[in-house]
Parts: sequence; structure tokens; C-alpha cells
Amino acid sequence: MTHAALVTLLAPLVGFLVLVTLRRDASERLVGSVATGAITLSFLAALVTWVGLLHRSSREVTVTLFGWLSTGSLHAPVALLVDPLSVTMMLFVTGVSALIHLYSTGYMQGERDFRKFFAYLNLFVFSMLVLVMADNLVMTFVGWEGVGVCSYWLVAYYFDRDSAASAGKKAFIYNRVGDLGLLIAMFILFSHHTGLGYLQIATSASTHLSGTAATWVVLALLLGASGKSAQIPLFNWLPDAMEGPTPVSALIHAATMVTAGVYLLVRMAPVLALSGSGRTTIAVVGALTAFVAATIATSQKDIKKVLAFSTISQIGYMVLAVGVGAYGAAIFLMVAHAFFKALLFLGSGSVIHSLHGEQDLRKMGALAAVLPWTYPTFLVGWLAISGLPPFAGFFAKGAVLTGAYAHNKTLWALGVVTAVLTAYYMTRLFVLTFRGRARYRDTLDAEPHESPAVMVAPLVVLAVAATFAGALDLPWSHQHTLDTFITSTVGVSASTIGVSGTGQWTLALIDVVVALLGLLAAFSLWRSSTARPALEPRFLERVWYWDDLYDRGLGRPLTRVAEETTRVDDVVVDRVVEGVAGRVSASAAGLKKVQTGLVRHYALGMTLGVSLIVVYLVARVG
Amino acid sequence: MHSSWWLTALLLLPLAGVLGVSLTRSRPERARRVALVSVGVEFALSVVVALLYNAHVAQASTWDFGVRWVVSAPLGLAYDVALDGISLALVLLSTLVALVAMLSDRAPRREPAYLAWQLLALDFTVGAFVAHDLLLFFIFFELVLVPSYFMVAQWGGPSARRAAMKFFLYTFVGSAPALVAVIYLGFLHQHEVGGNLSFNYSALSSTVMTSSQAVWIFVGLALAFAIKAPLWPLHSWSPSTYGEAPVAAGAQLAATLSKLGTYGLLRFALALTPLAVKSVTPVVLVLSVIAIVYGSLVAATSRDLRRLAVFSSVAQMGFITLGIFSGSQIGVTGAVVLMVVHGITTLGLFVLIGALERRRGSARLDDVRGLQGAVPVLSGFVTVVAFATIGVPGLGGFVGEFLILLGAFGVHPAYAAVATLGTVGAAVYWLWAYQRAFHGPLSENATGMADASPTERALLWPVVALVVALGVVPAPLLSRVAPSVQQIVAHVTPTGVSR
Repeated sequence: MTHAALVTLLAPLVGFLVLVTLRRDASERLVGSVATGAITLSFLAALVTWVGLLHRSSREVTVTLFGWLSTGSLHAPVALLVDPLSVTMMLFVTGVSALIHLYSTGYMQGERDFRKFFAYLNLFVFSMLVLVMADNLVMTFVGWEGVGVCSYWLVAYYFDRDSAASAGKKAFIYNRVGDLGLLIAMFILFSHHTGLGYLQIATSASTHLSGTAATWVVLALLLGASGKSAQIPLFNWLPDAMEGPTPVSALIHAATMVTAGVYLLVRMAPVLALSGSGRTTIAVVGALTAFVAATIATSQKDIKKVLAFSTISQIGYMVLAVGVGAYGAAIFLMVAHAFFKALLFLGSGSVIHSLHGEQDLRKMGALAAVLPWTYPTFLVGWLAISGLPPFAGFFAKGAVLTGAYAHNKTLWALGVVTAVLTAYYMTRLFVLTFRGRARYRDTLDAEPHESPAVMVAPLVVLAVAATFAGALDLPWSHQHTLDTFITSTVGVSASTIGVSGTGQWTLALIDVVVALLGLLAAFSLWRSSTARPALEPRFLERVWYWDDLYDRGLGRPLTRVAEETTRVDDVVVDRVVEGVAGRVSASAAGLKKVQTGLVRHYALGMTLGVSLIVVYLVARVG
Repeated sequence: MHSSWWLTALLLLPLAGVLGVSLTRSRPERARRVALVSVGVEFALSVVVALLYNAHVAQASTWDFGVRWVVSAPLGLAYDVALDGISLALVLLSTLVALVAMLSDRAPRREPAYLAWQLLALDFTVGAFVAHDLLLFFIFFELVLVPSYFMVAQWGGPSARRAAMKFFLYTFVGSAPALVAVIYLGFLHQHEVGGNLSFNYSALSSTVMTSSQAVWIFVGLALAFAIKAPLWPLHSWSPSTYGEAPVAAGAQLAATLSKLGTYGLLRFALALTPLAVKSVTPVVLVLSVIAIVYGSLVAATSRDLRRLAVFSSVAQMGFITLGIFSGSQIGVTGAVVLMVVHGITTLGLFVLIGALERRRGSARLDDVRGLQGAVPVLSGFVTVVAFATIGVPGLGGFVGEFLILLGAFGVHPAYAAVATLGTVGAAVYWLWAYQRAFHGPLSENATGMADASPTERALLWPVVALVVALGVVPAPLLSRVAPSVQQIVAHVTPTGVSR
């Protein structure tokens, strides 16, 4: 089993190394096969690891590879922790990645830097696996930053487009701000002697950390999570990141990397357990983000932007689940979301592909007729995210909302409102894309076409997964499912639901009703219309003016400070220091002579002094 | 070979190279070959020394290859050299930098004199790093100034003389109080134990003094070192000097000579005056934090890669001094790691500056766009240097920065927290600069530019490999540096060394 875990981790790295050493003129077919093959192998090995873990009595297996950062009292080895939580992450990360790799071989056909694209993609999967398989925070940080770097490269993939270059930079810098949080969390833990290994932290946190210290750690972790997982206040890099190729959006900015923050919070559950106020903050941030992002999604005109805000909103649900202690539900929604959101992104990629790059919802319509595979699979994704039974989203979101209800009725209500909005904006997107009049004919000369088989096959697999993933954790079989599996992880306690059977049925009924409400509202409003200014206010379109706020409040003042500092520096250099030399002479004409004169004298003095020493030495030796 | 000869060989070899160069000076090509061979052998020798390190002494000692030979007893002048883990790391760095810098300098008209100065600069740098005697260190430290001045003044850009003058003035002014401090410390020691003057490192480190004496000695020494590093606000010689220096000299100056300053702070200013530590630490920490923020801010506005290198270095020096004065073994170890990594990345950066200047006549960032499209391989190298400076884990810079901040946080959480902001700063100025020139639509003046030549690749790949190796397997460096650091930290702060 440990070998299988190693293969899972290393296969993508080997894939990356092979790709970068491949000859420049290697065929796309070869490149695609190597990249996809490496990830498929990784997925198969993850399956073997999972089966191996199921058959063990001890559910935590540590695999130490080599000592890495060890000095003084710091011991951060390169070591893997294979336990229920990490295996769950490994499985869906590699599974979804393999499908998206396959899809990309079709989508990226004929692109410049085809090989580089797949090299980055493989390196990304490797980094993501380092992140989830690490047995300590420092090594997780390696993966954490690694995925950030790959994301930077892939968002700025079309680097000759300034918007893409800026988006890549923005993504990296926002993440970097979040990473401060993770660094500070490590520093606090270390200075309280908890160690930085997850198993160590789980056993020592309660004795070594005071309530205040734990709260600081939790808040710092939340900052880290809000950077990586695009939560308030650092969420607004994700929409820009849609500048990357669509498979990248599906893989990195929907299914895997952006959920890393949620993973980290679940992983650090033993510390979260020590800080009630910290958990409440997490829950509030999650619920607010879910709501705010959903409102914005209702007004976006770009198909990928809608999906981006939808992703932010769904991760908000996951963060809410963590905050209310429903760790199992958070991971459940993470897995289900990986399926249906990857499906929706890849579907939108297929749509964009068929319309030769068009992303504006107003220039689509009636695509159901021409995309016989994309349409039905997208339909599944739409129903799944809208929260209708029997699709995965219904069960997963239901689990989150049930957890929230048991904890705090206000947060639950906010979650329900968000659910209405979710069904609404997704239906709007669906209707504008696939129904109505074929508006694309106004701008597009060519006839749209369905995508090739390598792109359609992943859609079908993901659609099946999005349909049945609910079975991972059906409410009436809580004892033998994902929830039980995850909560057998050290330190991750099972959530105390505290909601009766009837109560759960009632909540489920409410979920269905609100989903239908949003769905029908959107249908009636958008069936025959492409623009409703009253429903798309500028406030929402401009993302609640978040970007403008940061620009005015931080970006511009900081730029001004930097420019001022530079000016001061120049003054110090030019006036004060050179002035010292310059003051020797009052006349500008004499300045040059005096300066060179000075140097000569110093140089002469120095050389004389040195020569004296040398002569003296030689004399002594001689 | 007897263990005592290794360091002497390291010090004689470049001098032999100088002799060889001067004998062949009428035939520049041959002179260049002689110089390259001597630097190459010097590098190989330093690698052998690194492998042999600590094979000759008892396990408890961190000093090896020691030789002591009194030149003049009444003056306290002695040839007294030895190597510990910290010196070892910096000697290796110096020889590597000299080798790569010399190889990278392909200017057709490189007079033998230039090569001789390069060899002398290497020799004096190594001498300073292996000196086990304060006076000897100071002599080497001062001697370095001579080759540096001439390399910049005679082979630099259009305003090189002016820049070299400023550099000279600055450094010279800083040295005067240092010399006074050295002599003062020597007399204090003589007064205490009697006999002849001695500047032996181990002897001086146990000198009894009052805290105010300690502070004065510290200030005297630290001023010279802070200028050399340079530590904010004494950096103002560096933009013009590095802006005008020829590439190889710039690499040598920025990558290794600057380490003489930080090394001096750690080895002498800090370790010889334990009583001053308490009162000077807050001052140095404040300056370090300012350096990090200030360096990052100015670097963000730079329109030229050389200027970016200068202010990025100011920020990095801030991290290093934060580590040195963190009062934590982990922090000081991190500082030494970052000295090495900064040296290597700066070397890479100057090789890249040279590559750009050969192609475009300047390393400006604001008059060209889309370079990544024209020179993808060179751009890739720039990216690695950038990410190493940003502190992306997996690369060496992270190990240094992380250890510094982790160590400092345990003792001085507020300073460390502000300094952690600097990790964002580096991302801002580097990605900004990169986007400015390397992203975007390809501009006309970059069309058809040649990508990295085989020579350039051969020079830059080792730099990348080293940066990755230090990030992934730092253990060989850490295990040599940490025991030496522990000795200093234990000496300076007898309690609370475990961190």
C-alpha cells in the first residue's frame, strides 16, 4: 500500500520530467499520451491505496521518505500521511485530473506550447498531491505554493494577452497574501511547541495551545484558506483567472486547487476544536461568501465568469460546513462539486469550442440542437448544482444545510437564500446557452459542431459521476459512508447532527422547493430575453465594487508610496551623499576635477597602505 | 597533504593565477585561459575541502584546517586561518561565483588586467572568509576594495568612475571606525591577559568588557559591515555601482562581496560583543524590517533589471540581518542559508543581465515587451531566479526565509510578522517586472532575438540545479552550518538556545 501511495504521488512528477525532456518536435499525440497516462496511472495507484487502507485496522499510515528541513528543534521531513481524508482527496483529485487531461488533448489541439501546457498540468497534479498527502504543514506548504505557481503559469498561458498576464499575476499575489496566514499559523504553532506534523498537532494541540493562541491560529489558517479557496476578502482573483484555457479553469479553478483551503481547515480540525470564536468566524465567512458570490453570478454575461462565481459560492458552502463542524459534509460537497463543476466547465469549454471562442451568453442560444452530447451532460450538471434530487448536489448541499441548521438558524437561512440564487443563475445560464433563439448566427458565420470524442467521453463519465455521487453519503445510511470514513480521520470528529429524522425530511423538502423556485423564476424571466437591466444592476456586475475598493484603497496608495520612496531614495543618493563630495567645491565646474582628485588620493592612499603591508610581510618572510 | 595546507593552497592559487596572467598579458586569449584554469582549480579545490571538512578534528569542534603563524608578535599580526561550517559555505559560494562570472564574461576586449583584478577579488574574499583573526579579516576585508574599485571604474558603464568613487568613499569612511574598534578590542584583550597583542578570534571572543564598551566596539565594526552588505539606509552607493559595473564584477560584488558584510556582522560584530546584543538588537531589527519593506517598494518601481537586483538585494539583506539578530539558532542558520542562496540567485541574475545586455544593449524592462515569446529559455531562467527570490518552496530561497522567520517569530514575533509581509513584496516586484518586459505582445525590438546560447545554458543550468538542490535537499548545508551557528548563538545568548 505504501508503494501504491508513492506511485500515486510520483507518477505525475515523472510525467512532468519526461515532458520537459521530450524533444521539441514531439507529436501532440505522444505528449498527450504521456501526460494523460501518468495521471491515469496515478489514479489507479490511488485506488489500490484506498483498498489497501480499507483493509487495515490502523487508518493512519505515515511514509517517511527523507529528512528535509531539520535543524534545532524543527523537524519537517518529506513524509506522507495516508489516512481516510488524504485518500479521499487523492482519489477525486487524480480521477478528475485524468479526465481533464484526456479532454485537454482535444481542446488544446494545435495550440502553441502544447507540450509546455501538459508539463505544467502534470506538475500541477504533483503539487496538488504533495499538498494533500503531506504529513506536516511545511510540506503541505510546498504543494500549496506549488499549485499556486502552476496556476500562475496556466492562467497566464496566453501571455501575449495583457489581460491573461495580469490575471496570472493577480492570482499569484492574492494567494501570496493568503499564504502569509498559513506561514503565521505555522509560526504560532511552532512557538507553542506543538510540532508541525498533523498527527503531532492532533495529540498536542489541546495541551499546548491556549484558547487565544488557538483562535489566532484558526484566523491565520482562515486567511490562508480564503486566499487559495477564493473566499471573502480575497475572492476576487478567481473570476480573472478564467483567462486561462478552459480545462485549466475546470481542473485548477473549480475541482481541485481552490478546494485546498477547505482541505486544510478540515485537516486542522484538532485546532479548530479549541476555538469556538474561530469556528464561528469561519462559518460566517463561508455563508457570506456563498451569498455574495451567488448574487454576482446572477448578473454576469460571460459563461465562464458565471461558473467562476458559482465556484466561489459553492466553496463558501464548504467553508460554512467546516465552520459548523460538519467536516464530512464539507468533503462530501467538495467531491460532488468536483464532479459537477468540472462537468459544467468542460461543457462550457465544449460550447466555447463549438462557437470558435465565443464566451458571451448573449451570443449563444439554441445550442441544444447542435450539441447532442454536450447538451444532455450539461443538463445533468445544471440539475446537480441546482440541488434537485436524485443528483449529487441535492444530497451534498443538503448535508451542509442540515449541519448549518443544527448550528445556527441565521446562517442556515442565508444558505437557503443562496440555494434559490444558485438554481436561478444556473438556469439563466442554461437557458441562455441552450434554449431560445440561435443568436450565435448573428455573429458567427460557421456552423457550430460537437466536440471530438476525447472531449465528449470525459463529459459522459463526469455526468454519470454527478448523477450518482450522492450515493457516497445518503442521509439514511450515515453509518457506512463517506461521512463515517472521513470522520474516522484523527482529530476530525463526527458532527453531531441534532436534527431528527422528520426534521431532516422537512429540510430536504425545503431544499427542493427553493431549488424549484429559483429554477422556475429563471425560466420565466430568461426564456425569451437576453438582457434585463433591472436584474443585472451595475453593483452586481462590478462585483460589489470589490476590485474598485482594493484598487482605490490599497493598489493606488501603495503605488504612490512606492513612487515616493523611490523619489526619496534618489534624493538621498543624489543630494546628500554626492553633496558631501560636492560641498568640497562651490563651483559646478570645479566639481568634476575635485571628485576625480578625491578618488585618486584615496586610491593612492589605499594602494600605498596595502603595499606597505605586503612589503612588510615579504620582509618578515624573507 | 597535511590538513593545515589546504587553506593556504586556496589562498595561493589565485595569486599564482595573477602571476600567470601577468606573464601572458601580451596574449589576451592565453591570459584568459590561465585565469579560467586557476579559478576552475580553485573551485575544485574548495569542493574537495568541503568534502574533507571536519575529518581532521574531534567531533566536538566546528573548526578545521587551522593554521596559526605569527608574523609580528608586537603588532599582533598573524597569519591565522581556519574553517568552520559558515566559512565553508561562503568559500564554496565565492569560488563558484568567480568561476561562473568569469566564464559568463564574453566581452571580446577583456584585458588581462581585468582578469587579474577578478582573481585578486576572489583571493581576498576567500581570505576574509577563512581568517580566524580579526586583524587578518579586516586586512582582507579592506583589500577587496581595491580590485572592486578598479573593475568598476575602468571597465564599467559611461558613468562608472563617478559610481566607483562613491562606492570607494562610502566604504572607506565606514572602515575608519572599524579599524579603531579592531585596535581598541585588541588592546582591551591585551590589557586583560597581558603579553603581546593578539587578534585571534577564539581569544578575543572571551574578552571581558563592560556593556558600553561592547556597544562602542559593535557600532564601530557594524558600520563597516552594514555598508558592505549593504544594510538600509547605507545602501545608497549600490544603485550606481551595480548600475555601472561590468557584469562579471557586478556578479562578484553583489553575490559574494556583499556577504563579507553580513558574515562580518555575524562572525565578529555580533559574536565578539555578546554584551552589546541586548541593546543593539532592537535597532538592527527595526532597520532590517525597514530594509525589507523599503527594498521591496523601490524594487517595484524599477524599470531596469540591474536596479531591481539592487533593491531586491536590499530587501534580502534585511531578511538576513533579521535572521542574524533573531537570537535563535534556527533564525541564524536560515540567515546563512539565505546568504548562500542569495549569492547563487544573484549570480544567475547577473548572468541573465549580461545575456540581455549583449542582445539589446541594456537590461531595461520598460522599452521591450513579450520577451517570453522571443526567448522562452532565457525567460524560464529569469522565472526560476524570480521564484527563488520570492521564496517559493522547493527552491533554496524558501529554506532560508522560512527558517529566518520561524526562528525570529519565537523570539521577536512582531518584527517577524511584519517581515513576513516581505514575502508578498517580492512576489509583487518580481511578477510586475516580469509582466512588464516578458509578457504581453511581442514588441518589434525583440523580434528575432536569439534565445539562450549553449554557453549561457551551460552556465545557467548549474545555477538552477543548485537552487533546486538547496530547496529539496538542504541537509548537507544545514548539517555543516548548524553546529557552527549553534556555537555562536550559545556564546551570544547563553540561555534559550534551543530554538
